[in-house]
Amino acid sequence: MGETKLDLLQGTLDLMVMKTLAAMGAQHGYGIARRIEQASGDVVLLNQGTIYASLVRLQQRGWIAAEWGTSDNNRKAKFYSMTRSGRKQLAKDAAHWQRLSDVMGRVLAMPPEGGL
Amino acid sequence: MGALRRGLARIFSFFHKPKLDADLEAEIAEHIALAAEDNLRRGMSATEARRQALIRFGGVDTAKDQQREARGLMKLDILLQDLKYTFRTLGRDRGFTLVAILILALSIGANIAVFSVVNTLLLRPLPFQDADRLMWIAPPPTKCGLSCATYSTDAYDEFRMYSRSFQDVTGYFAFSGPGNLSLNRGGAPIPATGIDVIANFFQLLGVQPAMGRVFRPEDALNGAAPVILISDAWWKTQFNADPKIVGKAFDMNGTQTTVIGVLPRSFDFGAVFSPGAKIDAITPLNLYGPPRGWGNIITMIGRAKPGVTLAQAKDDAAAAAPQMCWNNTVPLSCGVYAEKNGKGGVVPVPLKDYVSGKLRRSLVVLWSAVGTILLIACVNLSNLLLARAASRSKEFAMRGALGASRFRIVRQLLTESLVLSLSGAVVGLGLAWLLVSWFAHQGAVALPLLSTLRIDGAALAWTLLIAVTSAVLFGLVPGLRMASGSLHESLKGSGPGSGQSRKHDRIRSILVVSEIALACLLLVGAGLLLRSFLHVLDVDLGFQPEHAAAVKVEYNDSVPGDKDGSLSAQKRAVIFQEVIARVSAIPGVEAAGVTDYLPLGQNRAWGMPWPKNGAHPDQSPGSPLVYVVTPGYLRAMGTGIRGRDFTWDDGPKSQNVVMIDKALANYLAGLAKWPNGDALGQMLDTGGGSRIVGVVDDVREESTEDATGWQIYYPFTQQSPTGAQLVLRTTLPPATLAGSVLRTLREINPKQPIADFRPIQALVIHANSSRQFFMLLVAAFAALGIVLAALGIYGVISYSVTQRTQEIGIRMALGATASEVQRSVIVKTLRLALVGIVAGAVASLVVSRAVAALLFNTRSNDPITFAAMVVLIGAVALLAGYIPARRASRVNPMVALRNN
Repeated sequence: MGETKLDLLQGTLDLMVMKTLAAMGAQHGYGIARRIEQASGDVVLLNQGTIYASLVRLQQRGWIAAEWGTSDNNRKAKFYSMTRSGRKQLAKDAAHWQRLSDVMGRVLAMPPEGGL
Repeated sequence: MGALRRGLARIFSFFHKPKLDADLEAEIAEHIALAAEDNLRRGMSATEARRQALIRFGGVDTAKDQQREARGLMKLDILLQDLKYTFRTLGRDRGFTLVAILILALSIGANIAVFSVVNTLLLRPLPFQDADRLMWIAPPPTKCGLSCATYSTDAYDEFRMYSRSFQDVTGYFAFSGPGNLSLNRGGAPIPATGIDVIANFFQLLGVQPAMGRVFRPEDALNGAAPVILISDAWWKTQFNADPKIVGKAFDMNGTQTTVIGVLPRSFDFGAVFSPGAKIDAITPLNLYGPPRGWGNIITMIGRAKPGVTLAQAKDDAAAAAPQMCWNNTVPLSCGVYAEKNGKGGVVPVPLKDYVSGKLRRSLVVLWSAVGTILLIACVNLSNLLLARAASRSKEFAMRGALGASRFRIVRQLLTESLVLSLSGAVVGLGLAWLLVSWFAHQGAVALPLLSTLRIDGAALAWTLLIAVTSAVLFGLVPGLRMASGSLHESLKGSGPGSGQSRKHDRIRSILVVSEIALACLLLVGAGLLLRSFLHVLDVDLGFQPEHAAAVKVEYNDSVPGDKDGSLSAQKRAVIFQEVIARVSAIPGVEAAGVTDYLPLGQNRAWGMPWPKNGAHPDQSPGSPLVYVVTPGYLRAMGTGIRGRDFTWDDGPKSQNVVMIDKALANYLAGLAKWPNGDALGQMLDTGGGSRIVGVVDDVREESTEDATGWQIYYPFTQQSPTGAQLVLRTTLPPATLAGSVLRTLREINPKQPIADFRPIQALVIHANSSRQFFMLLVAAFAALGIVLAALGIYGVISYSVTQRTQEIGIRMALGATASEVQRSVIVKTLRLALVGIVAGAVASLVVSRAVAALLFNTRSNDPITFAAMVVLIGAVALLAGYIPARRASRVNPMVALRNN
């Protein structure tokens, strides 16, 4: 596959889905997938279908809720939204990722040959 | 929290698959519709919009699978799929399935049944509270039977007082014989068997009555109202399970005795303490009444204090022993139980060891035998599955080509094995249940705890364990074989002669050879046990059990004011002269006589009668067992006499006379240096002195297998007997005389109960019953082993004939005759059998040494047994090979060549 696109790390998709839902409010699967692609500047390589596994996982954990509703064009669609425990989890996971990426950033910024 | 919730959600999803799948379907359809609309808006054509949407979605089925995997229990899904498939394939091949399940059911069933026996006798604690703290306290076995294995009431009291490591000590009267109770409810008295126990017996064992109460100390005091506890079985059979029985009084042995309780069903005195005997009732033993003067009569059971080790208990018992008196009014008798020549007289052993320790070796052999059966069954199944797998190789190759991983295929095969072995286990459990219930009702077999046999949780767990283990054992070889086969080769068709099929053939031959070898092992084991059993039957018992029977006779010889017992001896003489005369007059009765103890049952000793001339060794070598008998008894038993039998003239006033057995006669003659080494006519130092009037054959008095001890016989009219067993020798089958003999006895004494008329042969059978039991079981397993091995041989040969049909056809077309073809198949069979037999014989030589201790007069490398094994297995192999060989010889070359 193209080197220009990023493969997703294990577990990152769940976090992206939660963040998207938290930012956009209730949304259907297609909406979430599109939104992630847009937000990442279309850099993330996402088979849109993979978000359904992520959605069912989050739903079973009780972090998001699902409800059948009507889409913009008046068809039946399943809408997902964050739950209270989902928001808590998002805050926790986001902080974790932030710290991890900070650390990674710092480590990767290390000058060569360990020069002080 | 999240994980638990998710787990529940997954389980929920598992059960709501159709709805969730439909939801997902709708959701994805909508997703693609939305995406396509977006693309349309961007100006794509309708087809291109949809195509792009699908591309961005990236594999609808993959997405569905991912979602399903995340949602539900994928592993279980696969398992269910495998199961569904397994049931379909097994259902299609019904013949194979039935044979496989039958083989497994038989072998697993045998394993469960034997496990239940082993569990009951060896693994499970005795059915008492904290049974591991219970100890049997007895001297090590000596020559004088039960009298040297028991204690006097005084010794019991002193042990209880001086021992420190026991919470409490109890015991029971060891000399109660069968039929010692007679219940009189109007009509003929009903005989029953009771045991006298020390009042704390049930408290010490921790047995609660099912109804009423157990004994209290006051029940066993002088002048206490007679009370009795009855067994659950007797309560049901004799008292119709009367729910209000407690408090009712019955005429027992002529005294009104109150039933104070019914013992629980789980308590079976006979099962634990006297295997093979049925104990109906328990009565309290009055330690301070008449039993005080009876000498050694009590067997002791102690409950160790918590935390006391066996070594501590042993030390403690040895320390208490010197304080114990045979009779504490006789100071000289104190310390008789103390340690002598390094042999303690008071030695605690765990009660469990006493009850079943002797059987450990037999049980281990039995267990190994059924384990071997299971192994043979597994090898057999492996073989059958291999044959099946070979014919299914194309199917698996196809699946592999379509993308199934090897792991998935092995898993499928293992699922099949598991389904087979679990079905076999279920059927086997049924068979085991039948077998175990049958065992539990073998009341006459002298094995302890048999009546408590049942299939319990442990047995079920064991079933599961062996079912799964055997599934892995017999499923793995074919599974791996299959999975490792090359796809290419299989798809091309592993025709006859191809490498694949030859490799299979080799594995199958190895399996059959090992099967035959295992069967040899079983057969040799069974053969050795059978030979031993036959040797035991051949033992010269010192009496002739055939055509003889015994019946217990009630009599009353008490004479008021009889000071030295001579009046009652005279009365006894009158009674029994009449009994013997009248019974002898019954047609068919050859000889009749009376004894107080029968051989192979209980016994007692009275100490050593030394020669009158004072010869006396430093250490007593033991003492002879005592029998008080009437004239004619020895003739009725078929025991030979040198010298003369007692006569009715050997009365209380005349010269005291005795008869002794040859072994004792030789010992005494050597000791006293009697002329010609002959004891006949010599005097023994018994009170007034007794003349040895007869030297009789040595009798096996304790068991049919142990060497005989010594015996001494006193006349009925010079010593008091402890009961009377009338022994008859008949020309007709003894059972046919039961009615007339009992009628005669009841005419003489209306109080005579309807006692059992026991063939003497039954005593011998009872004494041999546990050997017979083990022998029959091992023989049955060996038979099963041969059948399985025969099936294995047949399977392999028959399969190879089928595979080689074409080849045989060609050969016959080229001129081979039917008999040549037949011979070649049989030769192949015999070659396999020969290799198996040689391997089995070598293994048997090694393994049979382990059973040497169980054998009787039979060497573990007994050539006859080995020869018989070779012949039998060879014959079976021949038969198993003959059937396919015949089929091979009937191959029609034209048909064989046309079909492929």
